[in-house]
Amino acid sequence: MSTTKNIPAQKAGESSVSSQNLLEVENLEVHFPIRQGIVFQRQVGAVRAVDGISFGVKPGESLGLVGESGCGKSTTGRAVTRLLEPTGGTVRFDGEDITHKKVASMRTARQNLQMIFQDPYSSLNPRHTVGTIIETPMKLNGINPEGGHKRRAQELLEIVGLNPEHYNRYPNEFSGGQRQRIGIARALALKPKLIVADEPVSALDVSIQAQVVNLLQDLQREFGLAFLFIAHDLAVVRHFSERVAVMYLGKIVEIADRETLYSRPQHPYTHALLSAVPEVDPDGASNRERIRLTGDVPSPINPPSGCRFRTRCWKAQDICASQEPPLVQLIGSADGHQAACHFPEVKQVVAAEVTPPAPASAE
Amino acid sequence: MTQQPQQISPTGESGTEENPVAETTATADSTATEVTSTNTAVVGRSPARMAWTRLKRDKVSMVSLVLTVIFILAAIFAPVLTALGGWGPITSDVKSINPDIGNYPYGHFGGISAKHWLGVEPGTGFDLFARIVYGLRTSLAVGLISALLSTVVGVVVGLAAGYFGGWIDNLLSRIMDVVLAFPQLLFIIALTPVIQNAFQTDQHGGTDENLRLAVLILNISAFAWAYTARLVRGQVLSLREREFVDASRIMGAGWVHILFRQLLPNLWAPILIAFALAVPANITTEAALSYLGVGVVPPNPDWGALLSQASEYFLIDPTYLFIPGVLLLVLVLALNLLGDGVRDALDPRANRS
Repeated sequence: MSTTKNIPAQKAGESSVSSQNLLEVENLEVHFPIRQGIVFQRQVGAVRAVDGISFGVKPGESLGLVGESGCGKSTTGRAVTRLLEPTGGTVRFDGEDITHKKVASMRTARQNLQMIFQDPYSSLNPRHTVGTIIETPMKLNGINPEGGHKRRAQELLEIVGLNPEHYNRYPNEFSGGQRQRIGIARALALKPKLIVADEPVSALDVSIQAQVVNLLQDLQREFGLAFLFIAHDLAVVRHFSERVAVMYLGKIVEIADRETLYSRPQHPYTHALLSAVPEVDPDGASNRERIRLTGDVPSPINPPSGCRFRTRCWKAQDICASQEPPLVQLIGSADGHQAACHFPEVKQVVAAEVTPPAPASAE
Repeated sequence: MTQQPQQISPTGESGTEENPVAETTATADSTATEVTSTNTAVVGRSPARMAWTRLKRDKVSMVSLVLTVIFILAAIFAPVLTALGGWGPITSDVKSINPDIGNYPYGHFGGISAKHWLGVEPGTGFDLFARIVYGLRTSLAVGLISALLSTVVGVVVGLAAGYFGGWIDNLLSRIMDVVLAFPQLLFIIALTPVIQNAFQTDQHGGTDENLRLAVLILNISAFAWAYTARLVRGQVLSLREREFVDASRIMGAGWVHILFRQLLPNLWAPILIAFALAVPANITTEAALSYLGVGVVPPNPDWGALLSQASEYFLIDPTYLFIPGVLLLVLVLALNLLGDGVRDALDPRANRS
């Protein structure tokens, strides 16, 4: 079981091709201070939402970030786009350190780094027309496309599959899926290289999810976009991302390419996640193992010592409480497959083959 | 709201002839009349236009609007109206008052006649109609200008407090608390003569009318802005957490853009409501101050001053008190109901309470 030896000290994200990474995150930490007191506030603790994670995204690549609610996925996305100030570590984009840059001095990085939001109802300003929403990023960054702002906006509407004549409409006249397409068009307006998609489809109807994911995939192919795709739906991530990182309580516990992670996961938490994927099995003949995790995610204010997953892990032993397992590549595993566990176990195909979301049958 | 099956294929093919969003979310009823027109030209209906459609259906608001417009027109065309009557606001018609019984007007109901449509002021013999029309000018001007001033200040302070938070919010909020806790009327009564003396330029010791008005307006708006500021601050606190603010930050927007282009357009409704309700409140305050003698002073025409004078004569000549009193009531009521109507029209989900 634990016969696999750890290869010493190869830190995540520090692969040999690190220089090629478009986005490079190293030891990123985002702690939210907890203050007490009315006039004289003192810090009594911190919510360690993201606690030292490292990963890289290559140009044109899509990295999926999965994990249950409250594990720090969205915080990571917001720290990368600099909506939140990281409390530690570095974020490098296109070779430029943007960890603590001010908005004004990172205009170029801003243009290449855009975001798609989770809630299509709150991410569009209800008092602006669709045209204004899409033109604003161009105007803010002083971009004057050929043929004028309006033409470019209508072009973008067409690219995301909306009627360009709806240029003058307001967001409240659109459905959730259509609004999300408007959000995508806005993100595309600056011709970015990387898009952070923060649960872009979890607020949508299941039938619409597939359409939006397929649209994103088309755009990725067409424009060579890189994605940091944050989601909690493993099926969607499997369909969309070439590489997947699993997060638990502010840490990455396992990172691997899609095939490896879904067919030969090593970390018990990944096992548990994959076994929870619902499965259409009319015969009830499935004999796959169901792992049921008990309890809740521990508080990120006071995370467990050693391995953070040990409180819910069925394999936990003394070492798990005293020593934090490093995120390392294990002998015999595929290249780039790293896991942070003292007792990793290769399980062959824990989850049954999940059918990726059916290509939108809109026609 | 129904999740519309999209007629648009994900490949980018679009251009379906039918209108994909003919039925709109919350205001489906109001679209019924416009569906036919949107089939040909695809033009979005702005929230403001939808609000106007709703306002037009509200009878009380429309009556109030008509009354308000009449009052405003009367104030603007006061010289024309008084020319029709033939009497200015401070031209005394000595023949219409009876010096034998203490300068009370001849005739019944305060001397209402073909010559003096609303009667004559006892004591001075001024035409009441002319005084009321000119007094309306003062009341409306003070009400509107002070509401405008206090709204602008309140919006800016509220935006800053709500958006920046931290010590800026703490400081501004405490100032608002202090202003709101002040006994406004007492303070203005005490302060007005002091300010006036400081700025007095009239060599003859008299009171400069424009200065008095300016002091009055400043005093009223100095206390009214805190209401708007608090309202706007609360709205901004909830708005700034919306994702479109984050979206514009990612696009590279600075705080000026976020405050005035992203947040302010979403605040027009509460601001307009606050303004609409501040006008009648300020008119009442102005009338009260003039009644107490720290606002406009006779013989300059003003409704509050008029009421103050009329209270001295009201046992013998009740018409003199009655006419400006009822008119003030109607004006304030119309403005208040109009403000309520505007609020309902702008925010159809809010309950009438």
